[in-house]
Amino acid sequence: MTARRWLGLHGALVLLFLYLPIAVIVVLSFNESKYGVAWHGFTLKWYAQLFEHGRVHSYLRNSLVVATTSTAISTVLGTLLALGLARYRFFGRGALLFLLYVPVVIPDVVMGVSLLLLFAWVRQYVDALHLSLTTVILGHVTFQVAYVTLVVKSRLAGLDPSLEEAAADLGAGGWTRFWKITFPLIWPGVVAAALLAFTLSLDDFVITFFTAGPGATTVPIYIFSSVKRGVTPEIHALSTLMILVTSLALIAVQRVSTRR
Amino acid sequence: MSRPGGWKRLLPTVGPGAAWLVLFVLVPTLLIFYASFLQRDAHGWLTGPLTLDNYRRFFGLDAGGFDLLYLNILGRSLLLGLVTTLVAIVLGYPFAFFIAQSPRKNLLLLLVVLPFWTNFLIRAYAWIVIFQRKGVLNAVLGHLGLDPVQLYPSWTAVYVGTVYTYLPFLILPLYASVEKIDWTLLEAAHDLGAGRVPGFWHAVFPQTLPGLIAGILLVFIPAVGTFVISDLLGAGKTVLIGNVIQQQFGASRDWAFGSAAAFVLMGVVLAGLWLYARKAGERGMEELV
Repeated sequence: MTARRWLGLHGALVLLFLYLPIAVIVVLSFNESKYGVAWHGFTLKWYAQLFEHGRVHSYLRNSLVVATTSTAISTVLGTLLALGLARYRFFGRGALLFLLYVPVVIPDVVMGVSLLLLFAWVRQYVDALHLSLTTVILGHVTFQVAYVTLVVKSRLAGLDPSLEEAAADLGAGGWTRFWKITFPLIWPGVVAAALLAFTLSLDDFVITFFTAGPGATTVPIYIFSSVKRGVTPEIHALSTLMILVTSLALIAVQRVSTRR
Repeated sequence: MSRPGGWKRLLPTVGPGAAWLVLFVLVPTLLIFYASFLQRDAHGWLTGPLTLDNYRRFFGLDAGGFDLLYLNILGRSLLLGLVTTLVAIVLGYPFAFFIAQSPRKNLLLLLVVLPFWTNFLIRAYAWIVIFQRKGVLNAVLGHLGLDPVQLYPSWTAVYVGTVYTYLPFLILPLYASVEKIDWTLLEAAHDLGAGRVPGFWHAVFPQTLPGLIAGILLVFIPAVGTFVISDLLGAGKTVLIGNVIQQQFGASRDWAFGSAAAFVLMGVVLAGLWLYARKAGERGMEELV
């Protein structure tokens, strides 16, 4: 066999490994049988059951509230931070960059417990930051800011500085320059960063697990507690829906970020 | 284009984000560090005086005798990280070349990214469905007339689940390097009489190193720190450092000891990252996103 053949065979096996588990879940979500994995005929009843008791609605609403709020905050903070980091030299820039990478690389569990500790510590002094959707949002913004900044910053690196300089020479102030010159050039990067932040938030389990209080159950938290109780066809159905949503979001991100 | 920034420029741009990072990244990290020297009080909260007891307990130097429980757990976590990384390289390294030489690059990339973005609880859950007693694997084995296997819960399941979860983290940065390979170097090596293996090793492999190292970090770090995969696929029987931290901050409610364990884990990670940042610089750090 030639090297290319081996590469193809190996590639096919890796793809099989990546997709077999996903395929199993999707197929079983349409299976009539509640127990076991034997095929008993096609049904949509697990999807119907999922939405019947209405609880999933409130988890979905919590997830969306957290994702939209945290994405809005982190997109603004991150875009501004990226602008400053790309433009200016200043004391502590290296330290700030290092701090920016901490949420990207630190194990989630460490970030989760450190936020839990922070909120508890603040509660000793003021009657605020009780574990709720608010603390979840604060936690999500913290990791989102890092990703948004890094994505927008890489977009800014490819920007021709002479455009802004020309605008400045023609008398445009900082604010005008941003809205008329810089933003129109970087917006695809900003949108891609926002979509990334949104997806990260919807997907997050670990940070939410440590920062959510009672009544702040999001979809991943619900999935975790259901899975701990056992495998059910409703979870197959919910998982399939989430895979579908993720795929659509992903295609949207690719469309936007490949725009030049 | 970078110019010195005065307060007037920095405050509206870097200011809010920097303040956020200080408040929610730097301060909590310092708090964890501080708490790791405190003790648990009767209500499960923290109290003084400052001691090294938590670290003594972690490293098995407790007054009660020599107990290697937590060092063993740390070792087990590092082993999981190491094995996962190696298997991911075996699976992912050729795969990055497979994508690069394929006429359907974009489709293949999308196929790698999709499981990457599928919620990792679902990905772990899928392996429960496969490995459980009456699961897919045993159904297939039964059809083949073979005996059923008991893989859930087990370390095997934890290992498979971890590789499965983090494999795309290796492929994606690696592919970014493979895509940029200058193949004329390989031709030059062949012209100079290098055989296939030395030619690859000297002319191609070094060019893939930036992506490979970024990928190794992106697999190793979360694999060492995971608690969810072992919680789900090991069903509480497979204890990793992540599980210790989660339990101390959860049911055991010994936040001081949990902080010490978290700080040890963070120390391992930050040491590796610091080494990487010194070698790779700001550009190298960007490969991690």
